[in-house]
Amino acid sequence: MKDITRRRILRGVVDGSKVTVALPFLNAFLNGNGTALADGAPLPVRFGTWAWGLGMNEKIFVPKTKGADWELPEEIESLKNVKKHINLYTRFNGFRDAAPNLCHKTGWVISRAGIAPMNQTDYPGETIDISIAKKIAGPTRFSVLTTTATGNIRDSFSYENANSMSIADYSPILFYTKLFGEDFQDPNAKEFKPNPRVMVRKSVLSGIMDSAKDLQGTVGAEDKQRLDQYFTGLRELERQFDQQLQKPEPRAACVVGKSPKDEPQAGLDYKLVGKRHEMMTDLLVMAITCDQSRVFNMAYSQSAAATSKTGYDKPHHTASHEEPVDFDLGYQPQVSWFIRRSMESWAYFVEAFAKQKEGDGTLLDNVLIYATTDQSLARIHSIDNQPMFTAGRAGGKIKTGLHVVGDGTPGTRLGYTAMKVMGLDVSGWGTQSNATQKEIGEIIA
Amino acid sequence: MKSEVKFIAFKRSFVASLLTTAAAVAVASCSQATSERVAKAPAVKSAQVANYQGTIARVRRMTPEQYHNTVAYIFGADIDVGSPFAPLRRTDGLLASGAASVGVTTGELQQLQRSASSIAAQVIDKGSLDQHTPSRRDFLVPCKPVDENAADDACATKFVKEVGRLLYRRPLSEARVAEFVSDARKGANDLKNFYAGIAGVVEGMLLDPKVLLIADTTEPDPEHPGRRRLDAYSLASRLSFFLWDAAPDDQLIKDAESGLLFTAKGRAKVVDRMLASPRIEQGTRAFFDDMFGFEDFGNLAKDASVYPVMTGATIKDAREQTMRTVVDHLLTRNQDYRDLYTTRKTFMSPALATVYQVPTKPGWVPYEFPADSPRIGLLTQISYLSLHAHPARSSPTYRGKALRERLLCQKVPPPPANVDFSILENPNPLLKTARQRLEAHRANPVCAGCHKITDPMGLALENFDGAGRFRAQEKGADIDASGSLDGKEFTNVVGLGQAMHDHPQLTSCLVRRVYSYATGGPLSSADDGAITALNAAFGQAGYRYPALLRMIATSDAFYEIVEPAGETKAAQNSVSGQSETTAVTK
Repeated sequence: MKDITRRRILRGVVDGSKVTVALPFLNAFLNGNGTALADGAPLPVRFGTWAWGLGMNEKIFVPKTKGADWELPEEIESLKNVKKHINLYTRFNGFRDAAPNLCHKTGWVISRAGIAPMNQTDYPGETIDISIAKKIAGPTRFSVLTTTATGNIRDSFSYENANSMSIADYSPILFYTKLFGEDFQDPNAKEFKPNPRVMVRKSVLSGIMDSAKDLQGTVGAEDKQRLDQYFTGLRELERQFDQQLQKPEPRAACVVGKSPKDEPQAGLDYKLVGKRHEMMTDLLVMAITCDQSRVFNMAYSQSAAATSKTGYDKPHHTASHEEPVDFDLGYQPQVSWFIRRSMESWAYFVEAFAKQKEGDGTLLDNVLIYATTDQSLARIHSIDNQPMFTAGRAGGKIKTGLHVVGDGTPGTRLGYTAMKVMGLDVSGWGTQSNATQKEIGEIIA
Repeated sequence: MKSEVKFIAFKRSFVASLLTTAAAVAVASCSQATSERVAKAPAVKSAQVANYQGTIARVRRMTPEQYHNTVAYIFGADIDVGSPFAPLRRTDGLLASGAASVGVTTGELQQLQRSASSIAAQVIDKGSLDQHTPSRRDFLVPCKPVDENAADDACATKFVKEVGRLLYRRPLSEARVAEFVSDARKGANDLKNFYAGIAGVVEGMLLDPKVLLIADTTEPDPEHPGRRRLDAYSLASRLSFFLWDAAPDDQLIKDAESGLLFTAKGRAKVVDRMLASPRIEQGTRAFFDDMFGFEDFGNLAKDASVYPVMTGATIKDAREQTMRTVVDHLLTRNQDYRDLYTTRKTFMSPALATVYQVPTKPGWVPYEFPADSPRIGLLTQISYLSLHAHPARSSPTYRGKALRERLLCQKVPPPPANVDFSILENPNPLLKTARQRLEAHRANPVCAGCHKITDPMGLALENFDGAGRFRAQEKGADIDASGSLDGKEFTNVVGLGQAMHDHPQLTSCLVRRVYSYATGGPLSSADDGAITALNAAFGQAGYRYPALLRMIATSDAFYEIVEPAGETKAAQNSVSGQSETTAVTK
């Protein structure tokens, strides 16, 4: 092993508060220029999503100029430190066609699944994170990690299909245990010894798969699809067990902190949400760094965000419909206050990836994060001009620091671009007016 | 085999006695009253509700509570199950109905695997003297291996047969037993430990779709040629998940084996035993928790600066108070369901007494509000008032909407997407009460349509703030709590309680929800006949809840199977080698 000549910092979580842990950077894990692992395999490119509710106030959110030279308007001024890492996309549209405008649903479903839903209770079908995970999850333990800052397991924007929502991890302690509990294999451990318990699990699993097949053959067509999905899940478990029996690829920057001791208090006060968001983000960054997953989701809020502020009687969503517009300002001040808190957390999220070193750069260099919301102007449930962001350079394939203006073209172009960048062999994405075959060329490096 | 089952049951009960929980005590306390209740329940002839078709065969995913209750019955109430399930989508008013269409995602299966691994480890836990934990393996494994560090096929076979029968809700085939014993042997050999092999088998069983999914299996109905019915084990499962919210117990599986479930007399005997069991409280709680939408309590929080009295303990006790009221009223005292909305009897805890501003004693104690109190019925309990309100203020609209949708099975349309509400939010300080503000809101004809549906009864609850505390005024202005509900006018919340009591949809909604819950999925027009017949029979039974459970559970329709209308099914669900599989096309 070469001498340790550099040091890298990993943000960890100890007792619910952030600490920094110095760790040695092991050059032996990387090739000469730090862009690939020592065995020549390139550093993996990952995909993530981030969601916030209730859109923006266009007047103070959308920059006046486009391209690389743009100023941050006041509602997003908290993005100052991460501006160079992100792109802001405005004046892209979602199209309902004949579907109704479903409050706080139509907008995000178009952004995540490319379709305009027909009613409030329908699940959207396969969302973009799942499609991309099928391509890039590779040999990781978790095909997708889905998290929320609300503390509510239901606040997920990830769906495997029209019957299945992805579970949102909502508890920092449980999330830590899931990621770094007894099944975690330290990729940098000196010795590797296959866990005989995993071999036993694998052996028993084959009988369970036979049982699934048996049941599959006895049910009706609709239930057969559900059994298909179950069987796929079992196969994925089997693959996971196989992977656990292999020595993991070393990940130099992977240093696992201690488990949080206490859960954040329940509730949706912005301080609690912000704290939970930080804790879950830090764990997520650690998980991605340690290559436990290559696809991840974070929901800062549900779409109709219920984030509240002590002493103010209206949660964000209620305020968006009830707070008077300040005619001097031209917007609802309290609503904007909530949006600004969301943007602060978005900045935290991007920065957390940007601070994590990987190779000669940062984790963010090898990530593409796609951030969406549910409305543009929530007060009137408008889905025209919904803002979107990306963060990260996707392994050098994406330019950053841009304000991209869509001129009314489908917002699905961004999701489609992300799919192409992630290597999906797709010729288009979306349905009806949301269908697109056109990437956003300005951001391709 | 019988002696083995008794053995494991004895050991399970022994563990439970060591690890008694407050919940177990609460359940046991109502067992005697339950027996009396069944005796008092008006006799309802199954013929009254038999003149309609059966239901469709379904594949349901277990709910988290069903999984938890099943594991608790088989392995003990102290086993930590975790939260491995994805949330269900509320369908036709119930989360349980969403289980009939939900899929199991890859991520969820990974969570289930971790949960299964944890459960298995707890089952074979050898305990610790230092930590004062019992050796579960000594109670949950029905035999001692000859050598703890080696495989023991004979002992593994006993365990697999007993636990497998309860988890799979039917006896395992000899071939399946042999497979599991082989797995246990391999595990024991690889890990040099008999119990580690057993743990591997338990973990595997808990991942089997035949365990996690409740798949109705059918067979030809010999009494009605050309038609099909649930097989005895599926009928036992349907009964058990309906009445107990858990998998069948040992006796119920025996009843299925003996054919008792396929005679009217036998089925009635079985149902009466189940109704008399303390476990009926568990089932009743599960149903009403679902119907009332109480899962939202998991994320309920109030603004501490506005409602400092609403602590986590208050919120937890609010949910429990309503459940205790329901169980006491419907099961222990076998009263008319409608009276739940006018009763002043409930239970009180210290945390709640602070909000209700009444004296109380430590722990839970029966409590009756005085006759002149505005606290009347479930709608004036903290659970309803705080759940359907904002974090820092009340919401007549949320309360009215919940009343219609949850309790009357009505549908309130969503607000139009393009309405600008803010122009109606008048900052005029003269508008002090919610009524005044909502009247301004309803001046807009677009808003008026929906708010006329929700507000008149929601405003009758305005004497209670967002935490459920009584108030006579809001911002110094007297509160007018008059209102109306579908043509009935009232001047205060007492009138609202009576209007709810007398509303014909109050009882028909309960019938719809219970029947849907019983049969495992959303209703369709094919169920109209059943609902009509049950409504009439429920009325004749004096709107007694146990009678409703009994008439559904003993009806022919409960186990007769029909094809889904307008759908093609490749096959009726059946278990290979146990029931005939047919291809039915419509």
